[in-house]
Amino acid sequence: MKEYSHNSELESLTSELEINIDNFSKNELLEMISKMILIRNSEYKIAEGRKYGLVGGPVHLGIGQEAIPVGISKYLTCKDQIFGGHRSHAHIISLGVDLKSFFAEILAKSSGISKGMGGSMHLFAESVGFYGSVPIVGGTVPLATGSALANKLKREKNVSIAYLGDGAIEEGIVHESLNFARINNCPIIFIVENNLFSSHLNIKLRQPKELTYRFAKSNDIESKLIDGNNLPSICKASEEFIKRCRNGEGPFFIEAVTYRWLGHVDWREDIDVGIRRSQKDLIFWKKRDPILRLKKSLIKKFNLSMDEFKLLEKEIQKKIDKAWNDALKDESPEWSKTKKYVFKNN
Amino acid sequence: MNKFTYSSAILDGYNFLLTNYSEVFVIGQGLWSPWYVGNTMKDLDKKFGKKRIIDTPVSEGAVTGAAIGASLNGMKPIVVHPRMDFMLYAIDPIVNQAAKWSYMFGGQSSPSITIRGIINRGGEQGAQHSQALHSWFAHIPGLKVVMPSTVSDARDLLIASVLSGQPVIYIDDRWLYDQEDDLLPANKINLNSITPRILEKGDSITLVGCGYTTFLLRKITQKLKSHKINPEIIDMRIINPFNKELITNSVKKTGRLFVLDGGWGPCGISSEIITSVVENVPPKIFKSKPSRMTLPFTPAPTSKVLEAEYYPSKEKVFGFIKSIFDNNL
Ligand SMILES: Cc1ncc(C[n+]2csc(CCOP(=O)(O)OP(=O)(O)O)c2C)c(N)n1
Ligand SMILES: [Mg+2]
Repeated sequence: MKEYSHNSELESLTSELEINIDNFSKNELLEMISKMILIRNSEYKIAEGRKYGLVGGPVHLGIGQEAIPVGISKYLTCKDQIFGGHRSHAHIISLGVDLKSFFAEILAKSSGISKGMGGSMHLFAESVGFYGSVPIVGGTVPLATGSALANKLKREKNVSIAYLGDGAIEEGIVHESLNFARINNCPIIFIVENNLFSSHLNIKLRQPKELTYRFAKSNDIESKLIDGNNLPSICKASEEFIKRCRNGEGPFFIEAVTYRWLGHVDWREDIDVGIRRSQKDLIFWKKRDPILRLKKSLIKKFNLSMDEFKLLEKEIQKKIDKAWNDALKDESPEWSKTKKYVFKNN
Repeated sequence: MNKFTYSSAILDGYNFLLTNYSEVFVIGQGLWSPWYVGNTMKDLDKKFGKKRIIDTPVSEGAVTGAAIGASLNGMKPIVVHPRMDFMLYAIDPIVNQAAKWSYMFGGQSSPSITIRGIINRGGEQGAQHSQALHSWFAHIPGLKVVMPSTVSDARDLLIASVLSGQPVIYIDDRWLYDQEDDLLPANKINLNSITPRILEKGDSITLVGCGYTTFLLRKITQKLKSHKINPEIIDMRIINPFNKELITNSVKKTGRLFVLDGGWGPCGISSEIITSVVENVPPKIFKSKPSRMTLPFTPAPTSKVLEAEYYPSKEKVFGFIKSIFDNNL
């Protein structure tokens, strides 16, 4: 088992401490923590479904990374365009996708958001601004850039979001996109969810530095490096950059450092595509749980009780279970209909 | 003789090459993890060191291009793409550079590069994780494209590719990994000596496949025979350059041709095989129309239910071939 010590910039960024929530109302915070719990427990539901064979294809779970999309989505509207990758459940749930239709997609049912044609790795819900996620690493980054270009050409104040990982930033096409977005002043925010891993490899085995915002600097793009497990700090960065994009600025770059609790793919905790991560690292990061930290701060500041949270969680779980069970009842897609999906409007 | 599976035969090929040729190194994603490539590269990093077995950033384009560059400077690299789909980021180095290099410079320099693209489909992985693009590469002059179907070829074609001194696309298929066979110890092999191979002699119909589809054809041989159809099964082995003689001669004997391909039909290897036969066999010889079975002309779906319709199966292939005789097509 290999352990990786972090550099000081990264060390000072992450923290076990409670979170400063001074600038947010109680309701706002409760709404956001509810979303984070909804995402986490939905993903645990999917993990279980995968384990017991209800979900057929690979699932990439982002448990531990929930704060980032919740903080980003808070300032987005359904007119913005959000693009994701293989690990995008949280992105689309945070935008308020209909949970049952989302689960139906994970279960490859025709009632799913991609008509059962996509499953976990190919998500789509234009109605909430989610323009698509696909598993070719880096594949949607230039598309998001082009979508931002269209916002500019159409003189619309909408924003494009490209979610990518620390692995995706190793693809040449991402660097071309950064330069292109900058030279054309595209209203896009590149959001690197840096969880320090690309499948089995720690970032230290792939890049000379653990942090990726250096690529923003080299492309003259304004960037912010944030603790991805600290919801208010994500909100702050997101609010500012989104507002400035709407006012004709952009591109921007956010690097949010975080950690995924489960392996690269599927439901297991300790297995990372054949390589075991150190238990110590996992414990280190679980202490930095974005939900737990926010919960502690909420309890302290607003005198909430653990029981109130238990109740909240119970309600969320009920909603998840119902959506899942309803989705399970739906039909598989029909083979005879699939040909017509090759081209729309043929 | 030792027992091998298709995948352990590939591993044996790597071992042979890395042991005997210091200019060979292997580069690609997942090489330090057994997860990506089955057991085809098991412990190579431990045995030959991480300097020669290089796991890489997620940078298919640069990695492939760099390997081609290293080959211009005396090395014989093997690039591994755990899925063919990922290799599409590397199309420029493969198609514009490696394939053209020798020609552009009057045959003075040649990339000695083997690019291994694994076909890894099924399992509800969907459109971007399922492609079998062998025909695409076979369309390009200057690229050799090999597709081992048998356990011995899995090893021997790898060795022949790497020693050929040329740009070769080596395509193996996850659905073949469990096959077993006994093999003699590995040896040096000349890629130019390899031609299509008759795996089953027969006189009722010529059946042609490559990679996984040859395997499927072999699986239904007995059943066909029990229905009084004696197939002659030909495994392509190399789809570029395309060697038509053996197939043409076989069809002259059987009068019937059926091609099974795991890729799409239009502009694919199945079209090429049928064309070559039609062009070279007099019309009066044919007892039935040449025919083929390929993937439906759509991307791969994800759902299990749809995958069952999408991919060829023994039953579907048997039914198709039998109908050629039943309907006297
Ligand atoms: C072009 C391409 N190359 C390789 C892969 C295999 N792959 C799938 S996910 C992944 C890791 C990507 O890491 P990162 O971008 O950091 O995202 P994370 O998994 O950490 O969320 C890799 C290498 C792929 N899907 N596409
Ligand atoms: Mg990562």
